[in-house]
Amino acid sequence: MSWTRKVLRVNLTTGNCTTEPLNMDWAKNYLGQRGLATKYLVEETDPNVDPLSPENIFIMATGPLTGTMASTAGRYSVITKSPLTGAIACSNSGGFIGNEFKNAGLDMIIFEGKAASPVYLYIENDTVEIKPADDLWGKSAWEADAMIHAKHQDPNLKIAVVGRPAEEGCLYAAVINDLHRAAGRSGVGTVMASKNLKAVAVRGTKGVKGLEKPAEFMSAVNDGKKVLADNAVTGQGLPTYGTQVLMNVINSVGGLPAHNMRDVGFAGAENISGEAMHEPRASDGKANLTTNGACFGCTIACGRISTIDKTHFSVKDKPEYHGASGGLEYEAAWSLGADTGVDDIDALTYIQFVCNEDGIDPISLGCTIAAAMELFEKGKIDIEETGGIDLRFGSAEALVAATEAVIAGTPFGKILGMGSKRMCEKYDDPDLSMSVKGQEFPAYDPRGIQGIGLAYATSNRGACHLRGYTIASEILGIPVKTEQADSDGKPELVKAFQDATALVDSAGLCIFTTFAWGMEDIAPQIDAACEGDWSVDKCLEAGERIWNMERQYNNAAGFTADDDTLPKRLLKEAIKSGPTKGQVSKLGEMLPIYYEVRGWTPQGVPTPDTLSRLGLS
Amino acid sequence: MKMYLELYASLMHLLPPGTSRHKREIKVNEGTSVQDVIDEYHIPLEMAHIVLVNGVFVCEDRSQHILKELDVLSIWPPVAGG
Repeated sequence: MSWTRKVLRVNLTTGNCTTEPLNMDWAKNYLGQRGLATKYLVEETDPNVDPLSPENIFIMATGPLTGTMASTAGRYSVITKSPLTGAIACSNSGGFIGNEFKNAGLDMIIFEGKAASPVYLYIENDTVEIKPADDLWGKSAWEADAMIHAKHQDPNLKIAVVGRPAEEGCLYAAVINDLHRAAGRSGVGTVMASKNLKAVAVRGTKGVKGLEKPAEFMSAVNDGKKVLADNAVTGQGLPTYGTQVLMNVINSVGGLPAHNMRDVGFAGAENISGEAMHEPRASDGKANLTTNGACFGCTIACGRISTIDKTHFSVKDKPEYHGASGGLEYEAAWSLGADTGVDDIDALTYIQFVCNEDGIDPISLGCTIAAAMELFEKGKIDIEETGGIDLRFGSAEALVAATEAVIAGTPFGKILGMGSKRMCEKYDDPDLSMSVKGQEFPAYDPRGIQGIGLAYATSNRGACHLRGYTIASEILGIPVKTEQADSDGKPELVKAFQDATALVDSAGLCIFTTFAWGMEDIAPQIDAACEGDWSVDKCLEAGERIWNMERQYNNAAGFTADDDTLPKRLLKEAIKSGPTKGQVSKLGEMLPIYYEVRGWTPQGVPTPDTLSRLGLS
Repeated sequence: MKMYLELYASLMHLLPPGTSRHKREIKVNEGTSVQDVIDEYHIPLEMAHIVLVNGVFVCEDRSQHILKELDVLSIWPPVAGG
């Protein structure tokens, strides 16, 4: 189905659940999911709202293609104001729950207020009930998932749930769905828990309907699937090696940060790479990677299903982790591995498991622990403060212990749960936080790869690779190769990636399709499914509109051009060795051009002409 | 002369048996180009997508890029992630 044209509004303070028609005027300008839910957020909340107050709203939203036959069309997003950054938050997840929302007849659910005690929301088609969750509170996401399934005796129930760190206020808690998919970034799980909302469980059986031009849609969808199958990346590379194939690539080109981004290049990279996940281990002859996996409707299947060596110190007395579960993705393997100096693939896989089990963003977790390791090395944190953890770079034992401290909510775990920005400010060393707008970096060094630095600095949700993945062009040659050390042309490249991504994130599709699809493949699928004009130009214009709307929200929330920056380390400290030796980020050269290309003032504010052109006046 | 060849991902099987992981020391004649090595190891043209010498992309004509002693030639098929 395309839009179901129905919104479920749940007031957790009063307990009222009501439905209302989707605002179709907005849908025709913001499409769905990221764009449309952000429009609702912008219209219904004060940008200066405390993210963890009842006045903040929390939206789960699908796109018009979610639940259709289009490849990868199982996505949903969580949209709210972030407690980690204070900026707009939109975290996108796959799995199967997005499809279930659509089959229950819902485009989005808007949660308002705060429940007096823990609750979960149960949806079965038109039946909507707020149910007590006192027994679920204090349980991990996996435990709560199992308990809800048992209560309803329905194995087909799809569940999105938060774990214990969210309840305890960890600022980078995720919302986990289908056990190992996550709306991971920006602390959206923390907002959910702040409303005493433990979980959302949904079962939908209404089926697919509402396509604007069904025959054209199926034709466009089939064309798109053929492009994905025939493409070497989406047809072969991603299913075989997953995202983790990048570990050796990025290390080789001088773009892999290490040791809290103090260094570039990690000697242990090959031990934690996608290729290493295929190697048989000594203890049982099995590889870390068991199989690949796919989300709803996906014909790529990049997901990793892994096992941990049963004799490994992290799990040898924990048989509950001896089965196969969601394994390492590249960004997590980097932050937990290279950034902390740990090249123990079993330790990293264990931490990935527990991040899924308890709902933590592994990128922010790894980077925050890496910053703590540098503070420890400098003597600003001592072993008494860590609760006995010898928090040295390279120590797998310390990494595991620090992760378990976050989950257990120990005093030091609470400090780590603040995220690197607040933690480094607490220890009077704010420059050690490798973050933008308070959100930690993904796995590409802005000194070695120039465009991604501009993308990080200008990302509307803080440092993020998924807001403008220029790595595709700068390293992977998709759609065309650009020189990684050049700053020329990067402002235009970043804008193009940001706008296109905003559109894809609003459609219900996975961004990984864009390794093979251009907008000329995507637009016909949207146009055939949805009412209105969704030509390539209109799609790109909608993407630009969404980006500018997010920017306006952040500006209204108090962000300025001064926040479009990178840590001093990346602007001042040149790379010490390797093929990118001597480089620093040329952000200062790129940023003014980016503002100009965007149609913004030198202060980073969209001009009246830009707003008028995009219908945002 | 001595140099190193690194093949990754689905190209690893093209390295000689007994190679540890990705990297192999190889002997080539003076004047050997990047393309010469690609041909010798039977790497299909479309599979030599990311080609680096000492971590730097070979963007020019590969047959014109002459390898030097101790160079590291690294090759990947089309891959992506993120």
